[in-house]
Amino acid sequence: MIPLPPLPLALLWVVPALPLAGFVVNGALALAAPRAKRAVSITGVGALVLAFAAAALAVVELAQLHPSAPLVFRYWEWLPVGDLQVALALQLDQLSAVMILVVTGVGALIHVFSVGYMHDDPGYARYFAYLNLFVFFMLTLVLGASFPVMFVGWEGVGLCSYLLIGFWFTEKINADAGKKAFIVNRIGDFGFLVAMLLIFRHTGSLDFGVVFPKASAAFAVGGPVVTAITLFLFLGCTGKSAQIPLYIWLPDAMQGPTPVSALIHAATMVTAGVYLVARCGALFALSPVASATVAGVGALTALFAATIALKQWDIKRVLAYSTVSQLGYMFLGVGTGAYAAGIFHLTTHAFFKALLFLGSGSVIHAMHRAYHATHAHEDAQDMRNMGGLARYMPWTAALMWIATLAIAGIPPLAGFFSKDEILGAAFARGAVRPAWYVFWGMGLAAALLTAFYMTRLMLYTFHGPNRTGDREREQLHEAPPVMTGPLVALGALTVLGGALNIPPLFGGGARLEHWLAPVTDAAFTPAPDASPATEWVLVVSAVLVAAVGMVGAFRLLKPEALAPARLAPPERGLGRLLWKKWYVDELYDAIVVRPVLWLSREVLWKIVDMRLVDGLLVNGTAAASRALGWVGSRLQTGEVGVYVVLFVVGVLAVLGAVVR
Amino acid sequence: MLLGPALTVSGVLFALGVLGVLLRRNAIVIFMCVELMLNAANLAFVAFAQQLGVAGQIFVFFVMAVAAAEAAVGLAIILAVYRHRHTVDLQNINLLKG
Repeated sequence: MIPLPPLPLALLWVVPALPLAGFVVNGALALAAPRAKRAVSITGVGALVLAFAAAALAVVELAQLHPSAPLVFRYWEWLPVGDLQVALALQLDQLSAVMILVVTGVGALIHVFSVGYMHDDPGYARYFAYLNLFVFFMLTLVLGASFPVMFVGWEGVGLCSYLLIGFWFTEKINADAGKKAFIVNRIGDFGFLVAMLLIFRHTGSLDFGVVFPKASAAFAVGGPVVTAITLFLFLGCTGKSAQIPLYIWLPDAMQGPTPVSALIHAATMVTAGVYLVARCGALFALSPVASATVAGVGALTALFAATIALKQWDIKRVLAYSTVSQLGYMFLGVGTGAYAAGIFHLTTHAFFKALLFLGSGSVIHAMHRAYHATHAHEDAQDMRNMGGLARYMPWTAALMWIATLAIAGIPPLAGFFSKDEILGAAFARGAVRPAWYVFWGMGLAAALLTAFYMTRLMLYTFHGPNRTGDREREQLHEAPPVMTGPLVALGALTVLGGALNIPPLFGGGARLEHWLAPVTDAAFTPAPDASPATEWVLVVSAVLVAAVGMVGAFRLLKPEALAPARLAPPERGLGRLLWKKWYVDELYDAIVVRPVLWLSREVLWKIVDMRLVDGLLVNGTAAASRALGWVGSRLQTGEVGVYVVLFVVGVLAVLGAVVR
Repeated sequence: MLLGPALTVSGVLFALGVLGVLLRRNAIVIFMCVELMLNAANLAFVAFAQQLGVAGQIFVFFVMAVAAAEAAVGLAIILAVYRHRHTVDLQNINLLKG
C-alpha cells in the first residue's frame, strides 16, 4: 500500500464528520430550541460549506499525487469476525473525489436555498438536522473503502430519504410516500446484501482494495457467479436509483420539501446506483450479460419515464420522471462501459436538475404564498394553475430556461456534452454488440421526448396567460435573494459544466475522462473508435432531435387553451394512459401489494399468528399445564384415611427396601 | 423377662394401632391408636433396655413427654375442628380436596 500522504489528506474523515456534527447540533437545537433559526441556519449551512472546503482541499491534494490506486485510510477495526475483517476505512480516489465535490458543492447550494424555502416552517431545525445527516451518510457511501461501510451509507441515505419525504408527516399522503420509498428500497437493498455475501463467499474479503484486483482471477468471464453478483448489485441500484422495475417510489417522493427533491431525489442519493456500478466496474466488466442488462434497463427506463413525463401536470412530477429518465441515461452509459461518460452525466445532471428542482421550488414557493395570502385552496404545484410566471419571476424563468436547454441537449450547455457522450459510446458499442444499436435508438427517442416535455413544462409554467386567479396574481413575486443566489450559481455550473469533459472532437481534452482513468481503466472494455465523420453525424442528429422536440412543443402545445386545474376536462385515450403513468402503480398493486396483503392478513395473521402461535403455542402451553395439574389434583382427596394409607404403603416400601 | 414375648406383644400392639388408624373414622379413636403405637414402641425400648443398657429406658421418657405434648395439641385441634364442624368424623373433613 502507498505510505500515508501528508496532512490535508489524512484529515479526510473531517469531510463526513462536519455534516455529522451539524446533525448533532441541529438535532439538539430541534429538541431544545426549535425557534433558534439563525443558529440552525449557521450550523446547517456552515457545516456544508466547510465540508466542501475540506473536500476541495483533499481533492487538490489528490490531484497533485494522482495515485494509480485509491488512498485508503483505516481508522479502526469494525467487524473482526473470524475470516471477515472489516475496518472502518475511507478511501479517496478520482471517482470518490468527483462524488464528494458534487455532494458537498451542490449540497451547500441547496442548503442555502433551503434557508429561504423553509424559513416559515415550524420544523426548520429538524429539517436541517435531517439534511445534514443525509449529507453525512452520502459522504460515507461514496468514501467507504469496503462494501459494508458503503452499505452503512447506502442504508443511511435511505433512512434520511424516508424521513424527509415524510417530513410533513401529519398528512397521510406524505407519510405513505415515505413508507413506499422505504419499502421499495428494501427490495433493492436485499439484492445488495445478497451480492455482498456472494462476494465474501468467493473472494474472502469485502474490501474494495482486495476484491477488485482479485476479481479477474476469482471469477471466470461471464461465469454464473459473477453474473449473479452483478445482477444482485444492479437490483440494489434499481431500488436506490429508481430504475425499472423499482422506480415507482421516486415520483411519490416528491411529497417532501422541494429542496429535498433537488438534493436527495435528483442530484445525489439517486445517483448512488450509478456510482455503485462505476465503483464495481471491475466486476461488471466480467459479466457481459449483466452489463447488457444495466444498459438495456437504463435505456428502457430513459424512454419509459420520458413518456410518462409528457402528460404529468404536477410540475415536480414532471421533473421526477425526468430524473428517472436521466438516471436511465447514466445506467446506459455505465452499462456500456463508458464509466467516465456516465459519471460526467451524473455530474452535469446534478447541476441542471438541482437547478430545475430549485427553480420549481421557487415557483411553488411563490404560488403557495399567493394562495396562502388569499386563503384559496388550489394546487400550488399544478401547472394548469400557473402560466405567464416569467413576468413575475424573471430570474427563475431565465435560469430554468438555461437548465431546460441543458437537459434537452442543446450545445454548448453541460447536458449536451454528457448526453452526447453516452449516446456516442452506446453507438460505438453497437459495432461489437448489435443490441446496443437498439439501446442507442431508445436513448435518442428519449432525448426527443425530454426536449418536448421540458419545453412543455416551461411553456405552461412561465408563458401564455396566467391562470392563477385574479386576486392571487397580485401576490406573485420573485423569490428572495437567498433563494435566487443558489439558482444563479447552479445556472453558471450548468453553462460551464460541459467544460469538464469536452471531447477531442471539439478540440477539448476530455479532462474528466483522463482524471477518472485510474479508476475506469481496470474495467474499461474499449469499443472501436468511431470515425470523426460518424461522430459528427451522431452529434448533429442528437442536436437535431433535441431541436425537433423543442420546436414541436412550441408548435403543438397551446398554453392559451389551458384551463385551471379545477376546470380542466379529464384526459382521454393515450393521454389518459400516460397521465395515469401506464397504470404501473395499479398493476403493482394488483400483482404484488394485494397478494402480499392477502397473504399477511388471511394466512400469516389469521392462521399462523392467531391459530398457530396464539392458539397452539401460547394457549396450548397453558392448557397442557392445566390438564397436568388436574390429573395431579385428583390425588388430593382431602381425606386423612387415604393419606394414611399412602403413608403406610410408603413406609412399608422403604422398610422393605432397607431390609432387603 | 424374655425378649421374644415382649417384642411379640409390642408388634401386636403396633399392628393394632396401625389397623386402627387405617380403619377407624373417629378422630379421637385414631388419636388413641396413635398412642397405642407409641406405647408399643415404648415396650420394645424397655425390652431391649434389659439387655443393652439403660439408654432405651431414658428414651421411653422422651417418648412419653412427646406423647403428652402431642395429646395436648392433638386434642386441642380436635376440639377446634369439632366446634367448627360439629363432627370429628374424618370422612366429612376434606377441605383440602383438590
